[in-house]
Amino acid sequence: MQLTGLPVPGPVVGMLLLFITLIARGSVPETFRNTAQQLLSHLSLLFVPAGVGVMLHFGRLGKEWLALSVALVASTVITIAVTALVMRLLQRR
Amino acid sequence: MKFSEIWVYLSATPLLGLTVTLVAYQAAFWMYTKLKLNPVANPVAVSVALLVFVLWLTNTPYQTYFEGAQFVHFLLGPATVALAVPLYANLETLKRSLLPLGGALVAGSLVAVASAVGIGWLLGASRESLLSLAPKSVTTPIAMGIAEKLGGLPSLTAVLVVGTGVLGAVLARGILNLMRIEDHAVRGFAVGLAAHGIGTARAFQVSETMGAFAGLAMGLNGLLTAFLFPLLVRLWGA
Repeated sequence: MQLTGLPVPGPVVGMLLLFITLIARGSVPETFRNTAQQLLSHLSLLFVPAGVGVMLHFGRLGKEWLALSVALVASTVITIAVTALVMRLLQRR
Repeated sequence: MKFSEIWVYLSATPLLGLTVTLVAYQAAFWMYTKLKLNPVANPVAVSVALLVFVLWLTNTPYQTYFEGAQFVHFLLGPATVALAVPLYANLETLKRSLLPLGGALVAGSLVAVASAVGIGWLLGASRESLLSLAPKSVTTPIAMGIAEKLGGLPSLTAVLVVGTGVLGAVLARGILNLMRIEDHAVRGFAVGLAAHGIGTARAFQVSETMGAFAGLAMGLNGLLTAFLFPLLVRLWGA
């Protein structure tokens, strides 16, 4: 984003602009909602091409597989646990 | 038209990458439904494994495959923008529980980045790998954008993001059951924050509420990380 000098990806700015537009408009048009739902219901398919890119990194993964896989597994477990815990604690207040 | 003729035609055009992606996903999703949506048979992981195997078997470089598959990949951008719709649909919930959601978002978002980078650093991962690893809990188009602008490797980030998503979708049920958390709102929010779109897709298969909260968490975490992370890096002067 040129405006703030921060490297915010284009789709995020788009999402923010659409969100603001929807709030200003007060409702989601029927056809628009259907299109968005269609697109989001196939979300997991859209990750496949990027995932196949794993074959470009076999060399690096061969060297750093232990650090990267431990970091991924542990961080994912910790993130799920912390998020759920904080949300539940704040809900009870 | 015989099958081999179709193959000859397809293999000469970018459509091959597109076709094999769709076929592999169909097959993986069919298997997933046959296994009663068991998280271990995650359709993204299975499709990726199938495709890597096919490309390796036919000696096809990734670039050739991506010429066709980019049409699928491209849709991630519009899909990210479309996240504003479920976000807006949950506006009332968001306003009602601003504190629990906001607190969980900030805590989860920071922990996701800090724990990944911290553990990777302790175990000796390279700087490039760490920068690619940092945005791993954020949905792919956002994470790739962040990694690219900070000096990571976007394609490595994509792999780590997909890996995180699959792990989150597979592990969430066990972790949350162990913590005795039954509220679908909390379960969904935690999965969506840690495991973005793949976790959200999984959450929608369990229940509508869980999916909505997962989608909310994914959208908010994407926004927060996209704005906060560059600031953090700048502060550290990394």
